[in-house]
Parts: sequence; C-alpha cells; structure tokens
Amino acid sequence: MTQTNREGRSTQPKPGHKRGAESKPGAKANGELPGWTNGLRQLYDQVVDEDLPDSFRDLLSRLDDQR
Amino acid sequence: MTQGERTASERADFKRDLAAVVPHLRAFARGLCGRADMADDLVQEALLKAWAAQDRFEPGTSMRAWTFVILRNAYLTDMRRNRFRGEYDENVAERILTAPAGQEEPIHLADLHRALLTLPPERREALLLVGAGGFSYEEAASICGCAVGTIKSRVGRARAALNTMLADGSVPKRSIDDETAHRAILEELEEVAAGNGVAARG
Repeated sequence: MTQTNREGRSTQPKPGHKRGAESKPGAKANGELPGWTNGLRQLYDQVVDEDLPDSFRDLLSRLDDQR
Repeated sequence: MTQGERTASERADFKRDLAAVVPHLRAFARGLCGRADMADDLVQEALLKAWAAQDRFEPGTSMRAWTFVILRNAYLTDMRRNRFRGEYDENVAERILTAPAGQEEPIHLADLHRALLTLPPERREALLLVGAGGFSYEEAASICGCAVGTIKSRVGRARAALNTMLADGSVPKRSIDDETAHRAILEELEEVAAGNGVAARG
C-alpha cells in the first residue's frame, strides 16, 4: 500500500520547497526554515499514511458496478 | 451516466489511479476542513464525481492534481452551504512534532493544525497544496484556477500569519470558538459569496 500512497509525489522536491529566509519560530537567521514547515508536511503525511477506512474500499469496489 | 467512451482496460487504469490518490485526497481534505469525518465525506463525494467525470480525465496527466480540483470544488460548494466552519477535531492531531535540530521548543502539530484552520480558506488551501502536498506554485495555480502570482501571494501571507501565531503563541484554543478565526472565516465567505473568492468552479 505504501508505494501507491506515494503516487503523485514523484515530481517533488522542487523549487517551491526550498524556502528562503523566513523568520521564527525557532528559525535561525538565514536560510533555515521555521520548524512548522516540516510540521505541515507531517500533518499531511500522517493522513496519507493512515490505513484506509473500509468505507473507501467499499466505495471503490462499488464503482465497478456503476457501468 | 453515459460513459461509453472508455474501454474496460482504460476504466481499470483509471480506477487504479483513482484508488492510489485517495490517501492524498484525505490528507488535503482534512487540512481544508479540519474534521476527519467531514473530510472523508468530502473525499467520497469527490471520488464519485471523479468517477462520473472520468471521460474528461486525460490519461498521462496528474490524477492527484485532477482530483484535487474536484475535491476543492466540492469543498467550496459545501463551504457556501455553511457546512464547514473550520472545525477542529481534538482527537486528530494531539501529537508532538519533534523539534528540528537547533530549535528549542517543539511545536505541537495540534497547534499547527489549529493555526492553519484560522487562515482564510484560500490561503489555507494554497499553503496546503504547496507546503504540504508538494505541488509547485504553477501546479497549485492550475488547481485553484488562478494566477501563479496569486498563489505565491496567498502562500506568503499564510506563512507570515502562521509564523506570527506560532511565534507569539497566539494560536486559538479551538478555532470554532475563537472570535478571530470565526471572523476570518465569515469574511472569507462573504468574499466568496461576492464572487471575488472563487476563481475556478466545476
């Protein structure tokens, strides 16, 4: 399941991810990102890595019937 | 439902690709609306719409970007119906973000999530797409149906707001009860209702 979870991520990292000098909180003067930028991605990835609820499996299997 | 165009194998490919992006749709939706149950409802709605519209998907293009547009439109529609108010589910993210090297105070992911939910929806989605989903500014602009410069500006404002909130410790306890968050959401809704907010609609 893990490899499919990663679909669409292949084009990253990219320029949008090398953020420049933002200040605070906890960021060092130049070039270091604030800690929360990583947290943002963690929030997202936590959900991506969750087991898919059965309701989604059910829905996906029902799609085939909608011919 | 008229879906005569696609062959069985194309439909199978489509479905496989659609299934593969479900975790991403859930993550994006949760960031947008804050509540896990509502987010999942939204994703289910988007999946059904995507399936019904599969003839409009161009094979070889990004399924994730395509379905994000659908999800986003479903979210905005629900927003206008006042279904979501940036509610925050306390059970979702009570986890501590490990402190990056050189940083003294760890940031609670729950605080970050709450802070995120106080942002006006358009800035929140821009930040989610670029900062969490890993889309380029160009891709995010395409998903939101607006100019690249607009996305850059929204992301910049969103980052600045989060920087301030997280640095000051002025993250609201619960966004739903917070006057500032509530006002921001209402203002944004007014803007959307006035036709200024939503560039792309499905």
